[in-house]
Amino acid sequence: MATGELNPNHYPAQRAAKAVQHYLNTLYGSPYRVIFLNRVHSGYAEDVADSGRKYKLEITVQDHISNKTENCTAEVLFPGGEQQRPPQVQASLEELPTTDTKAEEEALFQKYKTNQGVLSEHLPDSHGHVDPDMEPFLHLGSAASSFIMLNESTENTLYNVAQVANVTQLKTENDQLKFDYYVLLHDMISQEIIHWKLLFTWSPQEGVKVLQMEKLPHSHHDETPQNNN
Amino acid sequence: MMICSETSLSLAEGLQSTQSYNYTKYHSMDEIYRWMEEVERANPELVSSAVYGHTYEGRNITLLKLGLGNSEGRQKKLIWVDCGIHAREWIAPAFCQWFVKEIVDSYKTNKKLEQMLQNLDIFVTPVINVDGYLFTWANDSTRLWRKSRSPPPQGSSCYGVDLNRNFNANWGMVGASFNSCALTYCGRSAGSEPEATAVMDFVGGMIDQTLCFLTIHSAGQLILMPYGHPEISAPNYNELVSVGKAAAAEMEKIHGMTYTVGTSPQILYPNSGSSRDWARLMGIPFSYTFELRDKGEFSHLLPEEQIQPACEEAYAGALSIITYVHDKTFPDSVPPNAAVTSVSGFAVMILSTIMSVLLTAEVSE
Repeated sequence: MATGELNPNHYPAQRAAKAVQHYLNTLYGSPYRVIFLNRVHSGYAEDVADSGRKYKLEITVQDHISNKTENCTAEVLFPGGEQQRPPQVQASLEELPTTDTKAEEEALFQKYKTNQGVLSEHLPDSHGHVDPDMEPFLHLGSAASSFIMLNESTENTLYNVAQVANVTQLKTENDQLKFDYYVLLHDMISQEIIHWKLLFTWSPQEGVKVLQMEKLPHSHHDETPQNNN
Repeated sequence: MMICSETSLSLAEGLQSTQSYNYTKYHSMDEIYRWMEEVERANPELVSSAVYGHTYEGRNITLLKLGLGNSEGRQKKLIWVDCGIHAREWIAPAFCQWFVKEIVDSYKTNKKLEQMLQNLDIFVTPVINVDGYLFTWANDSTRLWRKSRSPPPQGSSCYGVDLNRNFNANWGMVGASFNSCALTYCGRSAGSEPEATAVMDFVGGMIDQTLCFLTIHSAGQLILMPYGHPEISAPNYNELVSVGKAAAAEMEKIHGMTYTVGTSPQILYPNSGSSRDWARLMGIPFSYTFELRDKGEFSHLLPEEQIQPACEEAYAGALSIITYVHDKTFPDSVPPNAAVTSVSGFAVMILSTIMSVLLTAEVSE
């Protein structure tokens, strides 16, 4: 594995930086904020005795809703050992989290507070379309999926959300909107589509709180679920 | 096994002529077949077609050949462009259609392009993996299919082979799976799949004349050079890098999108059995995989609103490479320069030679 100064365009730095993207979305992702890796400027990797491999990165990230960018210094520690364990990421943002999403989030919360049932399937659809009313739920799904993608990240993965297959709203609990999502994640390295179910709550004050994550086996006969519960 | 009917997800599009064909929407396989017939019918002096193989399910693998006659009767050189090896990468077939449309619409008024078409034949296959592409249109649950639709091997229930791991190029060595359920399953042997063999047989008979092999995929915004094996370098590595970077620079000028250039083991992952590697190993000097938009927000489900900008930048990149290999092969070909009216033919030739040297030397990191 590459050690020392890394070529920022080569895959080791890029994969580590993707884990940072997922981490930042667990902190700051919302129906109106979705952060993507924009560029890796520099990277450095070293073995950490008995612990794994640590990456130090200088990256730029972008909120795809406000289009604002921010530079970020991050550290990623991929643990060693037989069993895959989540990486530990140290990173924070100062500017992007201050984009004013409060009004929109509050409006969304109020609108759906007493709602229940299937909100949407296939976001985006086969042609890449997302109903504007459903966009916040795609972004919310990306934010919540980031918890999974972060947990699953290794030096040999590169995760993105391929599609949100189903958004089902459950009864609001403790003043938090509650959702059951079925998401399809794409790992670029294996090219596999991995199916996950996600139970989580969200509110403007509390953000995303994941209650349950469940990886689902699937048949390989096709790539998305045919029937949803 | 022949399957002659398929369903389409979108409303049927009226295909009256190539003028009314909507290049900014995704098209079903049926529509693409009819479009190919129409393009050929409407542009007989430029376009001809050929069926050069059949998919597992018996469907035609069809290309369009774009080229003009040349008065000297010189032997023409070849450019190969293919799209849709991987079924879910819909922007790739959309780009092949766009590419043909651009050439058809501009060759009569673009002297440079006209001249290149007199020296080159450009072979464009809009969809190689026809069975797989059709399958992605069947219903909402099949959209993310990647492989072909060949039947499961003994003892398995999983269909399909990753055609871009099936070519005879260090087959099975790295970055491919022998598990038929895996999405990078390389098949039971190199060239076991009819779609891959179709390309290898057809292009294999024309290697000496082929200057350039471009295979179009999504996503990731990458320009991948040979080889997929981390221990092997192409003999013209430096030139491949500079030509690739020049293409990426042209692409960035269009809409500001960055495309990273490198070998697959450098910027993506090691792999083997790819069409790009096969082409380079066979001796085609310039061989690239284009990974088009985007970088993960939509991945393979690229919105139709992005078809036009994605294709515009990809066209600029492809044309950059095609122009380079053309000018390198036909250095005496000088398009008439309307701005230089009082200079002798000899001086025009010197000027063009200087310009082409400057163009090839202009490589930025």
